[in-house]
Amino acid sequence: MELTLEDVRHIATLARIGLTTQEMETMRGQLGDILAHVSQLNELDTEAIPPTAQVLALQDVLAADEPRPSYSVDAMLANAPEREGNYFRTKAVLGYET
Amino acid sequence: MRHEIQAPEGATVGDMRQLLDARELSSVELTEAYLERITALDERVRSFVTVTRDIALEHAADADRRMASGETGPLLGVPMALKDLLSTAGIATTCGSRILQGYHPPYDATVYARLRDAGAVLLGKLNMDEFAMGSSTENSALAITANPWDLATVPGGSSGGSAAAVAAGEAAFTLGSDTGGSVRQPASLCGVVGLKPTYGRVSRFGLIAFASSLDQIGPLTRTVEDSALVLSVIAGQDPLDSTSATVEVPDYHALLGEDLRGLRVGVPAEYFVEGTEPGVEAAVREGIAQLERLGAELVDVSLPSTGYALSTYYIIAPAEVSSNLSRYDGVKYGYRSADGADLIETYLSTRDQGFGAEVKRRIMVGTYALSSGYYDAYYLKAQKVRTLIKAEFDAAFERCDVIASPTSPSVAFKIGSRTADPLAMYLSDVFTIPASMAGIPAISVPCGFSDGLPVGMQLIGRAFDEATILRAAHAYERSTEWHMRRPELVWSAGG
Repeated sequence: MELTLEDVRHIATLARIGLTTQEMETMRGQLGDILAHVSQLNELDTEAIPPTAQVLALQDVLAADEPRPSYSVDAMLANAPEREGNYFRTKAVLGYET
Repeated sequence: MRHEIQAPEGATVGDMRQLLDARELSSVELTEAYLERITALDERVRSFVTVTRDIALEHAADADRRMASGETGPLLGVPMALKDLLSTAGIATTCGSRILQGYHPPYDATVYARLRDAGAVLLGKLNMDEFAMGSSTENSALAITANPWDLATVPGGSSGGSAAAVAAGEAAFTLGSDTGGSVRQPASLCGVVGLKPTYGRVSRFGLIAFASSLDQIGPLTRTVEDSALVLSVIAGQDPLDSTSATVEVPDYHALLGEDLRGLRVGVPAEYFVEGTEPGVEAAVREGIAQLERLGAELVDVSLPSTGYALSTYYIIAPAEVSSNLSRYDGVKYGYRSADGADLIETYLSTRDQGFGAEVKRRIMVGTYALSSGYYDAYYLKAQKVRTLIKAEFDAAFERCDVIASPTSPSVAFKIGSRTADPLAMYLSDVFTIPASMAGIPAISVPCGFSDGLPVGMQLIGRAFDEATILRAAHAYERSTEWHMRRPELVWSAGG
């Protein structure tokens, strides 16, 4: 399966991975090989087969609606690369279309 | 057929229980012996990414106090180690990734909490393929782990550190995680016992997610008996994991037996095909013949979609990866790149620099499979084939109780020999993936050697019927001596 460099660039943008052009070129070949391999599934007629998302027969699992202790703000912020007060600090996100 | 105990660190969990209960050895002494052995050997084996020496000695002293007050239990005071994707509060948990550098979880995984309640001692955290993606542990950003049987070969993966540590006698038992074979395949390559329980049997709370519909935690042990002991402690429903099953947990150890009369063992033709090393196939066929000699009845079964399982897996697992790993954004925890003028650029460079090649590859495949216009052709199609794979197992288990096969098509391969070709590496899991797709339990048990390296036989069971595969594996193990062999190199060096 042939992917173009533009296809790879598009997927990388969706995945938020800033690949270099060299990495994209390598990825283009490898993704192509993998997608070609998995396309063998097209040999199977699955028209009448329902999909399986997970194997347990579980449907909704409800938890008791009772308060219980939670984690402190400090514990949750302890791993933050950058913190300001009780917030995660990041760079600004401006000028992008959503 | 108990082997002579030359050093406590060479013993089984059962042997250690006797020594501890007889007060011939304290947990602190046992733990110190393991720590010494890790110091002596791990420079070469590199199973561990973190050794928790002080914590281990605290746990051991606590276990000694509990024993002195009359308490006992199968794992009380027994030193173990965990794959580094199991959360341990306050102890670095890296997932073998640069992107989790410096991360200290705020909570314990449920399996770790249960092992601590049972009095097990934490020696440290074990190396793995980054985010459990790989079959050789070469995808770790931290170290290359060596197979104790031949230090130039891989231990398998992704739980390579967990398997190598048990094989090298660096821990009494370990836990790994298995998404497509990551407990069973390294167990096979390192000559130890590896169990993947039924999906939902063991709580996944605190297991850092790879593919949530497939991930399951399992023990790596010297013997099947030890596997049963550990499973009994970690299995069972957990309010913190809504996919953990409410099915009752039996006393797996009490259900072990040595008589296999009446057991029907299915042998699927699709698992004995070209591509498996002749020495592996010969050892597994001899293993199956031994099951028959023990009283089992062999039955031919067919699993026609086996050849499609790998493709199904390499759509579904990456799709779940692309979603699960979106959380690593350099904001909440772990690595953040200093490059980038704004938030989006920070995401792009953090994820490019923080993830290794295989993780990026799988995120990309999964993103593609889920992207607009391709969902039906890849993800939905794969989920339908998953239905077929599961239905074929259900049909086979109407005719048999256990399915026997090779665990891996090859013995341990040379470090570096498959890293250039991702697809060749993926084929390492061709026999373990189908049971993962069906969510059913499977165990790998040592069944011989080929080219001087261990071979594993896989026994697959019905959902929530770990007891039957453990019983079959135990009976097999008791009638053979493969599990008593030790890797000479490591054993004499440390010994």
